[in-house]
Amino acid sequence: MTTDFDHVAVDDVSRHFGRRRAVSKVSFVVRAGTILGLLGPNGAGKSTMLAMLATLLRPTAGTIRFGALDPRADGAALRSRIGVLGHDLFLYPELTALENLAFFASLYQQPNAPAVASGALTRAGLSDRAHDPVQSFSRGMRQRVALERALIHNPRLALLDEPFTGLDDASTAALVARLRALRDSGAIVILATHDLELAEGLIDQAVFLREGRVASTMARPERLRSAYRDVMGQS
Amino acid sequence: MFARAVWLILRKDLRVEVRSGEIAYTTLFFAVSCVLIFAFALVREGRAPEDGAAGLLWIAIAFAGTLALGRTFERERQSETLRALLMAPTARPAVYLGKLLGIVALLTGVEVILVPLVAFLFEASALLGHPVWLAAILVAGTVGFASVGTLFAAMLIRARSRDVLLPVLLYPVIVPVMIAAVRGTSVLLQPEVDDQVASFWLALLAAFDVVFVTLALWTFEPVMTD
Repeated sequence: MTTDFDHVAVDDVSRHFGRRRAVSKVSFVVRAGTILGLLGPNGAGKSTMLAMLATLLRPTAGTIRFGALDPRADGAALRSRIGVLGHDLFLYPELTALENLAFFASLYQQPNAPAVASGALTRAGLSDRAHDPVQSFSRGMRQRVALERALIHNPRLALLDEPFTGLDDASTAALVARLRALRDSGAIVILATHDLELAEGLIDQAVFLREGRVASTMARPERLRSAYRDVMGQS
Repeated sequence: MFARAVWLILRKDLRVEVRSGEIAYTTLFFAVSCVLIFAFALVREGRAPEDGAAGLLWIAIAFAGTLALGRTFERERQSETLRALLMAPTARPAVYLGKLLGIVALLTGVEVILVPLVAFLFEASALLGHPVWLAAILVAGTVGFASVGTLFAAMLIRARSRDVLLPVLLYPVIVPVMIAAVRGTSVLLQPEVDDQVASFWLALLAAFDVVFVTLALWTFEPVMTD
């Protein structure tokens, strides 16, 4: 069975928590080699949508297909092709940066995990801090380690929730370059962000969420800020 | 890959614990305090209540174990690392089993100190005279307790009042395990250990372990995904 997929199709997906509708009847398709931006204010349902794409939550209604793969039937195989960077960094503060990355590289069945982890730290520009515990890092440094953790297994689908948080200008530029390289390698990148300035010129497709619903979608979005204002201003 | 993931998670938990010592020290301190308080309350003129040691030992293990369960999952909650573990490309019950073995290892370490202390304070040196029986009953009882506790602690990780809910949900379910563990340990306090009776309680504990671990492995993925 192939674990690869060339598109992700979200079809009429809803997710309720009790009586609260976090996501309601959301549909979109994103193809390989695309960066899709999930844009919207706080509480719009972006993180819930990412959690469902990450197979951490099941939709209350609707389906998410990853090419021919079904998360219910192909869970573990599918997860080996997904990388997630969340609001929280998914790192163990007591462990060193190298131990964290080596642990996740092993968990993702990467051959020679310590070497893979070491390479990832070089990409993050943190080789000299490899043996320091993550709890001694600044927020920006932790974010860089967390990004490497999310991408350590070369995922087909990268899900990033506010990936620019805490990054300085140099790190932001490096992240933008990294995301473009991922896209060019044929990966699907879905990022949820408030930062329209950074998203503009980076994303190929935009899905505007408001109160859990799709307010608008745009292919090749330009003038994102005014488009966002127009969409969110509609009642 | 299942066994490897279990080992990786167990090794990671032990490494974090060796580095911080947080859960081991607090759990041990709590368990020892618990035994000392019972000793001050119940031992009169150097005479401990007959057969009391078995019950007190398991009360201390259950209370300290509840503390360890809560703290172990609090650690996974703080950086949302449990989500990262659930995202790993392995069957999700491997995460449960790795966490379970980590807690069993931790509690076993606590018991190594707790048993001689109880034996000394409650005139129960007979306990130490049957190390194989004692080790078997302790391991079987600890697995029974931790198997349910690990599942409940993982389920409650997002509940606001998880510290209150964990014992409220856990203790009624583990009553049969505790009864079998206390009775099995009591047998070892008799002047002549009846092997048949001890085997019966150990077999009962083993049966509970099989049932609880199987149910937990079966339900872990659905409860963690929904």
